[in-house]
Amino acid sequence: MSTTTQLCTFTVCDLLFGVEVTQVQEVIRYQNMTCVPLASNVISGLINLRGQIVTAVDLRICLGLPPRERDELPMNVVVRGVDGSVSLLVDSIGDVIDVSSDWLEAPPPTMHAAQRDVIDAICKLPERLLLVLDPACAIQIATRVCEAAFAGAGRSATTGTGVQTRKNSHAGSVS
Amino acid sequence: MSDDILTEFLLESRENLDQLDRELVALEEDPRNTARLASVFRTVHSIKGTSGFFHLAKLEGVAHAGESLLSKLRDGVIPLEGVRTTALLAMVDAIRRLLVNIETKGAEGDEHFGALIEALSLVCSDDTTTDALPILKEMTASAKGKAAAPALETGPDETASGGAEAFDALPSASERKLPAKQEPELRKAPAPAQGAEIRGAGQADPPAENRAGDDRAAADARIRVDVRLLDKLMNLVGELVLARNQLLQHASISSDAGLVSSCQRLNLITTELQGGVMKTRMQPIDNVWSRFPRVVRDLSQACDKQIKLEMEGKTTELDKTIIEAISDPLTHLVRNAVDHGIESPSERARAGKPAVGVIKLRAFHEGGRVNIEIADDGGGIDPERIKAKAVERGLITLERARSMALQEAFALIFLPGFSTAEAVTSISGRGVGMDVVKSNIERLGGSVDVDSRLGHGTVIRIRIPLTLAIIPALVVGTSNERFAIPQVNLVELVRLEAEQAKTTIEWLHGVPVLRLRGNLLTLVELSRVLGIEADNTPRDVNIVVLQADERRFGLLVDTIFDTEEIVVKPLGRELKGLSTYAGATIMGDGKVALILDVTGLAERAGVGLADRRQGAETNSFGEPKSLSSPTEQLLLFRSGARSRMAIPLRSVARLEEFSRERVEHVGREDVVQYRGEILRLVHVSDVFGEPRAEGPTLQVVVHSSVHGNVGLVVDAIEDVVENEVNTAMRGGRAGILGSAVIQGRVTELLDADAVRSLSGVS
Repeated sequence: MSTTTQLCTFTVCDLLFGVEVTQVQEVIRYQNMTCVPLASNVISGLINLRGQIVTAVDLRICLGLPPRERDELPMNVVVRGVDGSVSLLVDSIGDVIDVSSDWLEAPPPTMHAAQRDVIDAICKLPERLLLVLDPACAIQIATRVCEAAFAGAGRSATTGTGVQTRKNSHAGSVS
Repeated sequence: MSDDILTEFLLESRENLDQLDRELVALEEDPRNTARLASVFRTVHSIKGTSGFFHLAKLEGVAHAGESLLSKLRDGVIPLEGVRTTALLAMVDAIRRLLVNIETKGAEGDEHFGALIEALSLVCSDDTTTDALPILKEMTASAKGKAAAPALETGPDETASGGAEAFDALPSASERKLPAKQEPELRKAPAPAQGAEIRGAGQADPPAENRAGDDRAAADARIRVDVRLLDKLMNLVGELVLARNQLLQHASISSDAGLVSSCQRLNLITTELQGGVMKTRMQPIDNVWSRFPRVVRDLSQACDKQIKLEMEGKTTELDKTIIEAISDPLTHLVRNAVDHGIESPSERARAGKPAVGVIKLRAFHEGGRVNIEIADDGGGIDPERIKAKAVERGLITLERARSMALQEAFALIFLPGFSTAEAVTSISGRGVGMDVVKSNIERLGGSVDVDSRLGHGTVIRIRIPLTLAIIPALVVGTSNERFAIPQVNLVELVRLEAEQAKTTIEWLHGVPVLRLRGNLLTLVELSRVLGIEADNTPRDVNIVVLQADERRFGLLVDTIFDTEEIVVKPLGRELKGLSTYAGATIMGDGKVALILDVTGLAERAGVGLADRRQGAETNSFGEPKSLSSPTEQLLLFRSGARSRMAIPLRSVARLEEFSRERVEHVGREDVVQYRGEILRLVHVSDVFGEPRAEGPTLQVVVHSSVHGNVGLVVDAIEDVVENEVNTAMRGGRAGILGSAVIQGRVTELLDADAVRSLSGVS
């Protein structure tokens, strides 16, 4: 027997995506963002969501798609993360649709690696294909990319000594 | 004995007793409820434990007898029935009377409870249950008679038979007061009434009504509040502060007088509310300290030492979470001071000190932080012994130990697995602790350092933030972004006019430095560290002088806005890896601003150990010495035929001694493996065309700069002096800044950066 789930749909780079509605906290229009220097560009910035500080993850970058034009303002799909909410920046918001589990299929193995990791399933809608996104995976990838960017930038930006920790007492153990 | 802990105990016990009343009555209806029995047992057990701690012998005796009975009941050895419940309730009342006495008179009073204890032990066994009944009846009414028959009273440790006899001899008048059908009545009666009745009967002096009134006053003056509720309130106040800031910003451009004045009022109220809510979480440090007199007394007796404990600033308040977190570290430090710090009276006499040692605790607020000092006038820390121990434990090498500065040696005690106690005692000496102390305090955003003079004593200084939720911060701007810098890290602000800046800021290999009152201050461009585009139009320069983790540096920013109370909000997990930020906050205009983590920023910018040393001085003497005085610490060394050279100690990361076998070669360069890195060696004598020194070992000055560490090989390290650097003769040859007279001898000042570039190591 097939079950139906409700998906909140949106587009990124002309691709149609869906996230289970239960995972979506809210959908809001473009918000002013504070950029986070040293973070990877996958993090677009921080949003003040009624006193909560929410990180905005650019889905285009996250999925390895070309970046948005400057004048295109993204929309925020705020999803509930493991600790706190995270906003996914998307191009436009679509409807909430009911899909039957019969329509779902595993993503093709030839799919772009960056996308395959975050895509749970492909949904065969009558008119087009919809990619079912796993927000937790997207957030995880953003976190990883961000940390790598911070560490990487550190090496190139400063040739500095870094800090010497006294605990490193294996120094000069050969005499 | 501390009043505060005792008050806590009394309050807590009172609540527990009320609960016991209810639970015992409920148990009578449902005697098989083992969970409830276990809960009753635990309550009585904890009262017994705490009373033992306070040396309340009678209370302990009573609770102990009750506990024994309860343990049998709990284990199902005997069933809970009427007589036993009565006995337990009588015990509850006895405890309550004792607590009242302790609260009002400060002592347990002269009432004795041998009879009750006897009764409790009698009902423990099946066959004697009935024997206990008359005793219990006596019990509840006997108090009046007791005044007349003091000789019959028995202590809690009196033998059972003695107690029983005493009871047999009691006048039977009391039986009239509480007739035989007392039990069923009790069963039906609600718990409080029961308590009141029996207490009334048991009272020797003031009337029951008065006593009950007093009880309520003490209990009503305080409410126990769930800390989570306080946390929530704190969050809400944080939101309110933000909303207030936003509103004030709007009001500042409004011409509506009514709105402006309402905003002012809102502002005042919010500030007060914020203070009030913060205050609910504030507790005097005495809450922790109050148990130290006892700790010190017991320990000093155990160690055969005479110690006086002095406390100053008991009322200094700290956030509850911080108080809890520093409790253990402080206890450890105090125990250490007793065990390791103060010497035995005979040793003290030999040293010409008074036999009684003094441990002094001091707490005070300073610049939004709380400073706590634990000082003793004991033997002090012998740096040599510490070093030897550290070498013996394999924590450092002999080479390191020889070249170690005093402060560094003291810092060794914070290494994991370090203890100098010759013998492992029950008090200390197991080598756990100081490292935990340090890490616990650092986790709170605090710092700890040691200062000691051999023969005169040791001071341990702890600096911790007052609270963690709402902090004052300086808001700065660079390239159209705003950042908040916690005020605790702020030392001073320096502003240079555009013209002035051109000449005052000097560049060393692309690294800006500022001569600030005779000392060089490393400058870090905020935009550059964060990798954001800087706009390079010449303008006035704002320098924020920051201090973190004993490092000091100047941060170049475009604009300095204002100081503001900001609410610290954590960053999402996605950004936790970014050590340059401590969190984020919402500004008055509703936009988000990042809070800079000054330590992370310094690390990021590569502000290294050199500046740390400078900071260490600041810590020891309060006043930023290196900035306020024109003197500088210089390291003196010999190299080649040059008589003597000096290099600012600031730029020296470490002094090392390497055996020649360790030197390896990369191309034409000499290198050694050092702390997991490859350290290039520069022979200073080569730079000046002089012969290298011979010998089995190399004396190396590890010079740190933003370009990394380089080992300067010298002939011999001579001394570290504090000297005014007035270069008598400038220049000379490449690699020499100039010459100065130090300790009466002409000494050349080495330009380490130049030497590095001369030898091709930048």
